[in-house]
Amino acid sequence: MAGGGKKKRRHLFKRVHDSSFRQESFQDEHFLIGGPGFSRIVFCNDPDCPDAASLGYGGNYIRSTKYTLASFLPKSMFEQFRRVANVYFLICGLLSFTPLSPYSAASTVVPLVVVIGITMGKEIIEDWRRKKQDIEVNNRKVKVHKGDGVFDYTKWRDLKVGAVVKVEKDEFFPADLLLLSSTYDDGICYVETMNLDGETNLKLKQALQVTLNLTEESSFKDFKAIARCEDPNANLYSFIGSLNIGQENYPLTPQQLLLRDSKLRNTEYVYGVVIFTGHDTKVIQNSTAPPSKRSKIERRVDKIVYLLFAGLVLLSVIGSVFFGIWTSYDIEGGAMTRWYLRPDDTTIYYNPKKAGIAAILHFLTALMLYSYFIPISLYVSIEIVKVLQSVFINQDQEMYHEETDQPARARTSNLNEELGQVDTILSDKTGTLTCNSMEFIKCSVAGIAYGRGVTEVERAIARRKDTPLEEEKGGEVEDLTEAKSSVKGYNFIDERITDGNWVNEARPDLIQKFLRLLAICHTAIPEVDEETGRISYEAESPDEAAFVIAARELGFQFFERTQTSISLHELDTLTGKTVERTYKLLNVLEFSSTRKRMSVIVRNDEGKLLLLTKGADSVMFVRLSRDRNEFVEQTKEHVNEYADGGLRTMVLAYRELNDDEYSEFNEAFTAAKNMVTGERDELIEDVEEKIERDLILLGATAVEDKLQTGVPDCIDKLAQAGIKLWVLTGDKMETAINIGFACSLLRQGMKQIIINSEAPEAKAMEKTEDKSATDAAAKASVLHQIAEAKAFLDESSESPEALALIIDGKSLAYALEDDAKNMFLDLAIGCASVICCRSSPKQKALVTRLVKVRTGGTTLAIGDGANDVGMLQEADIGIGISGYEGMQAVMSSDIAVAQFRFLERLLLVHGHWCYRRISSMICYFFYKNLAFGFTLFYFEAYASFSGQAAYNDWYLSLYNVFFTSLPVIALGVFDQDVSAKLCLRFPLLYQEGVQNVLFSWSRILGWAFNGVVAATCVFFFCVRALETQAFRKGGEVVGFQVLGATMYTCVIWVVNCQMALSINYFTYIQHLFIWGGVIFWYIFLLAYGAMDPDVSTTAYMVFVEACAPAVMFWFVTAFVLVSSLLPYFIYSAIQMRFCPMYHQMIQWIRNDGQSDDPEYCKMVRQRSLRPNTVGFSARFRQSMRFEENSEPTLQFERTEE
Amino acid sequence: MSSTTAPSSSVAAGSADASGARRNSKRPKYSRFTQQELPACKPILTPGWVISAFILVSIVFIPIGVAALFASRDVVEIVKRYDTDCIPLSERNDKVKYIQSPGNKTCTRNITVTKHMKKPIYVYYQLDNFYQNHRRYVKSRNDAQLRSNGSSDDVSGCSPEDYSNGLVIVPCGLIAWSLFNDTYNFSRNNQQLSVNKRGISWKSDREHKFGKNVYPRNFQNGTLIGGAHLDDSIPLSDQEDLIVWMRTAALPTFRKLYGKIEQDLQENDVIEVTLENNYNTYSFNGKKKLVLSTTSWLGGKNDFLGIAYLTVGGFCLFLAMAFTLVYLVKPRQLGDPSYLSWNRTPGCH
Repeated sequence: MAGGGKKKRRHLFKRVHDSSFRQESFQDEHFLIGGPGFSRIVFCNDPDCPDAASLGYGGNYIRSTKYTLASFLPKSMFEQFRRVANVYFLICGLLSFTPLSPYSAASTVVPLVVVIGITMGKEIIEDWRRKKQDIEVNNRKVKVHKGDGVFDYTKWRDLKVGAVVKVEKDEFFPADLLLLSSTYDDGICYVETMNLDGETNLKLKQALQVTLNLTEESSFKDFKAIARCEDPNANLYSFIGSLNIGQENYPLTPQQLLLRDSKLRNTEYVYGVVIFTGHDTKVIQNSTAPPSKRSKIERRVDKIVYLLFAGLVLLSVIGSVFFGIWTSYDIEGGAMTRWYLRPDDTTIYYNPKKAGIAAILHFLTALMLYSYFIPISLYVSIEIVKVLQSVFINQDQEMYHEETDQPARARTSNLNEELGQVDTILSDKTGTLTCNSMEFIKCSVAGIAYGRGVTEVERAIARRKDTPLEEEKGGEVEDLTEAKSSVKGYNFIDERITDGNWVNEARPDLIQKFLRLLAICHTAIPEVDEETGRISYEAESPDEAAFVIAARELGFQFFERTQTSISLHELDTLTGKTVERTYKLLNVLEFSSTRKRMSVIVRNDEGKLLLLTKGADSVMFVRLSRDRNEFVEQTKEHVNEYADGGLRTMVLAYRELNDDEYSEFNEAFTAAKNMVTGERDELIEDVEEKIERDLILLGATAVEDKLQTGVPDCIDKLAQAGIKLWVLTGDKMETAINIGFACSLLRQGMKQIIINSEAPEAKAMEKTEDKSATDAAAKASVLHQIAEAKAFLDESSESPEALALIIDGKSLAYALEDDAKNMFLDLAIGCASVICCRSSPKQKALVTRLVKVRTGGTTLAIGDGANDVGMLQEADIGIGISGYEGMQAVMSSDIAVAQFRFLERLLLVHGHWCYRRISSMICYFFYKNLAFGFTLFYFEAYASFSGQAAYNDWYLSLYNVFFTSLPVIALGVFDQDVSAKLCLRFPLLYQEGVQNVLFSWSRILGWAFNGVVAATCVFFFCVRALETQAFRKGGEVVGFQVLGATMYTCVIWVVNCQMALSINYFTYIQHLFIWGGVIFWYIFLLAYGAMDPDVSTTAYMVFVEACAPAVMFWFVTAFVLVSSLLPYFIYSAIQMRFCPMYHQMIQWIRNDGQSDDPEYCKMVRQRSLRPNTVGFSARFRQSMRFEENSEPTLQFERTEE
Repeated sequence: MSSTTAPSSSVAAGSADASGARRNSKRPKYSRFTQQELPACKPILTPGWVISAFILVSIVFIPIGVAALFASRDVVEIVKRYDTDCIPLSERNDKVKYIQSPGNKTCTRNITVTKHMKKPIYVYYQLDNFYQNHRRYVKSRNDAQLRSNGSSDDVSGCSPEDYSNGLVIVPCGLIAWSLFNDTYNFSRNNQQLSVNKRGISWKSDREHKFGKNVYPRNFQNGTLIGGAHLDDSIPLSDQEDLIVWMRTAALPTFRKLYGKIEQDLQENDVIEVTLENNYNTYSFNGKKKLVLSTTSWLGGKNDFLGIAYLTVGGFCLFLAMAFTLVYLVKPRQLGDPSYLSWNRTPGCH
């Protein structure tokens, strides 16, 4: 138990926050209890009573797996056969047992079984991983009341509705609990809901008065109550119920509900009753099943498969029609024509009298025969390849984060190639771009700038200026030694100020006042560690904490706050000793987003009344005294400098008040505060406004909202790659803009379009009209702003002026409505950067959907908190930032990385490669299947479409599985057009994926055409060369066997060599697989041919006896090989020479050895840059332009109104 | 796949000092494989490569083409179509009726040797429009029955030529049933030219696919006679005409080996062929031809391969020159950055 002091402190904290608790009274909605939707009854502290058991509420067990042991087989089978291709092969497999089949049943069924088996195996492994996670969560332990006031640990999953649990500090709540009591007298507790909404600040919950006394374990001995409340639902912010204790009913509100997955903070322990368990809990009700995402390429693959199906059906119809005609001619006028087929005595399949039926049946045969058009192993090959690609992503050392010991983790392998096509990134801010920690880094006092700390942005710019090529090192910071300061939130280095040296500066009096202001003007609360004596602070926002910490580090240690006073340890300038000073705290004029400043009024120990104010530059400079300020210009300059460096600035000023002035103010202020009408806030503001004037400037501070390492670098690269970055944040607009500057999404000289629903006219409306009218007016205002901005955009579309759109959450709500969203999107797309602030999790998801659906581009969402979950799930790819807190985002993401900067490598290298690999692989797949399938078709035409396959059954069925599968998998796993280094050096290469040039229809059809060409070459050249004459010295002619083997050999050579020709990257693995595939065919032919003729049938001894000794066989193979590859080769050579693609150009540069020539590379990169982009390169370029032109360019001011 | 991953001991040793401090670090282990840095050759189609590839192809292909063409030209081939000629003029209106009627259908034709023919001279018959590759036909045999006496009752797949008069037919099936039955006798200057009919089939067929102790049984005893009869006393492995016939052809026009003449034929020799025109190709308008041909090291007479090789070789030579010319006329600094621009609509893909 903490001492009484702590409790007092808490009450103060409450006061500082000015949180008012809801009265414990029944609202209208409470009368719904007991009615439909509000029927839940919980027998508190009596979970096992018969009444409770009869209600049959579920346990606290949670299952997130897709399958159970029993449902696995049917469910996964169903999944498998949802793919049309698999259904088709299943039907083929079944039909192959009938005489319709052109080949033996086994050769059809085996490949299908292999393919489906592999896929199902993968499902099992993936589900097992989920299972393990479930087990971990379900087996967490919590203290539960076992009766007689004894508490003991129980597993989460065994928790029952009605049980009383004791949750301790920093533990997660195991279920939705009704708060009964806490260690605090008034039954409050602090809850961190990071996992629910991503907000890091603590929420206050309070127990009912009636249960406050249940603070000891023993007091639960006889506790009995019945809670009645709403049924399980997904609404996180509402809860209606009543608690019946004795004869009395007490209303329950969300104030008493502790939600599962939130965390108890700053409270030793709480007692609670389980209300909702397991799948009834709000957070689980809220979580929708993660949508199974499919990549665009895969969707296109489906289309191609349909196309192939269409082709297949068409060919089958053609075949059937011809077959029908031929068959019907077999008996002409009662006489047999092709008598050797005995058409007079035949089965239904060949009956000339019923040629129609025969043709229809033949259609089925043809469908089976041409099944080689459909690449059966395509899906399974893609899946194997993707799993291996994910292994590479997981294993990449460049994406391993040392501090958190986190490698990248691809949680699903479905989306690898989608990573190479990202058009828009939607990023969360806090915890994603920034570390969510503020560091006091610079200040300007009395017109002199202090602080030598280097911000991430400055570092990036500096690097760019000096050594344009060094950035290839990725986000790795080269100066790790320098950065680490020992104190969190403090990174101020300047020996003129530190260690008390400030007394020797020019204006020590001002510096003293400056530091004192930092130590006094805030709402933070000190927390003294009893053992070490160290003081830490609990502040509303991290930047406020940074101020207090800075003051402490510089010698003004704030150590106690009472209701009415603030005490500091400070350096006495005269004696040089540390003395304790106490300031009487008279008033706090709170911060608000409209005021953008806060003030305190204190009386120091000399009795002087001081007004200490800090605030944003925009509001502070106008409130300065006109005549008594000397350093306004310098300070302004410094503030601009800081802002440009991406820092958050705050201007500090003070004023001495005289007693009269103060008492007048205080009167008015108190009066205003005691008002109850709606005008209260306004009145208070007016009063505050009056006193905050004629201030004397002390200086300005600069706090760095610490960006994660390498973020500006990464954003710059992404921008160079042509990827748009939108920031969607829950933060205030100012904060968001600051971060925008910090990470170079915004820069000075960029026109900012700010859409704000807090425009004055809308605000005016709010007071007078009713709600709907206000809404309408606000909406109209937002629409007007959008339209205006759009008009501006259209106007300036010629000049490459970069625009930035900044919109707040409220406006966003209107902008996302159906009638406005198109216009909004048009505007947003036209802007170089888009920042949405104050957006709710739902809005983030909506924006994501809007972008995804309307632009058709691939969207990637990246975030770290539970508030990003919706966005992550909605986007085509969701990336979770793992590492610090909360796993919610990671759990619903597709790929987890530890840091934002890894995105660069993930997209530009892995994404590009995967995209390239998968698309080449699929194109090649179609090529090889068409090349093979068409030879079958051509042969058919020469066999009166009777359904006879040109090849032996096992040649056929092993084609996809053995002879051609490994090279294509190797292509999918290993191929690299350019190395990782070059991918990063030429980010624009990424556009190949965004514009989908490697998987465009023309390319796919081109490959298909190439396949048909190859098949045509193979078949007709073989047939013409081998024709009727003897094919070897011994006079033997070519039979069915020899022709089949020869053609097949040619096909194997052609498709494997085509592979060799089209890949860019030959490792020993490629050599092994490609040439191995060919050699394997010969070995197979030998082995298979040596088997008993019963097994090998037409392949018996065909190679040893017939083919190998014939020179003709080898000549034909060589000729067909070269002539089938020639068209592609010529095409490639011409293309490479006359219009090389971007990656080919880079290959050329590499080939010439010019990739190591910095000057040359710089030139190339400069050329390839598109204007109108964001990132520090753009900023740098622009500043260069300014210097060169040395003429004042339009400087747009921030349009705040 | 994973076998190639090989987190080999050498790799582990490399990172041992790093991971020593933190035992259970999740840091991925370094290997060139997992970091995708395997040594590789990265071929690209530079002009040098393109031109040398074309030249290489033409250098290899043109000689082969010339050789193949010479080989083909060396072969002497005489083709004699006789299907119509061997029907008496009076019967030509209804050839089918003629061929189906009983009686002697002997016919004599003369062949003039155009060029000296070295032995062995292969005698082929060539049928046209005959679908030996029809699925119904191809399947209509039973390999087990052909191989061993033990499974002579196995006639599955042979329908409708499986039983005749309730008894099993050996060899069963449509292929055997439709065995070609024209015969040829050659004489030169009234001197019999002997035709060697041994060794015209594939050795593997004779030895492994057609049994030595399997004898024809109940063959061609049905109501409908297809083709040739077989001597019941000769085992199938010695019935080479049957073996050749049953090695089905791939295409509807095909030749099959009839025998070998083991004598040289001089230019302008007149060969008298006495043939029995028994086989019915008239129902389906098939031609019948008799072919005498020598062979070269490349086989029979077919200019296609030679011409094809020459064409492709020549074409490649032309391309090599064309590309060289292009590079000479419009040389380009490789990797010239002026090519490195990126626009939304790439001109040529």
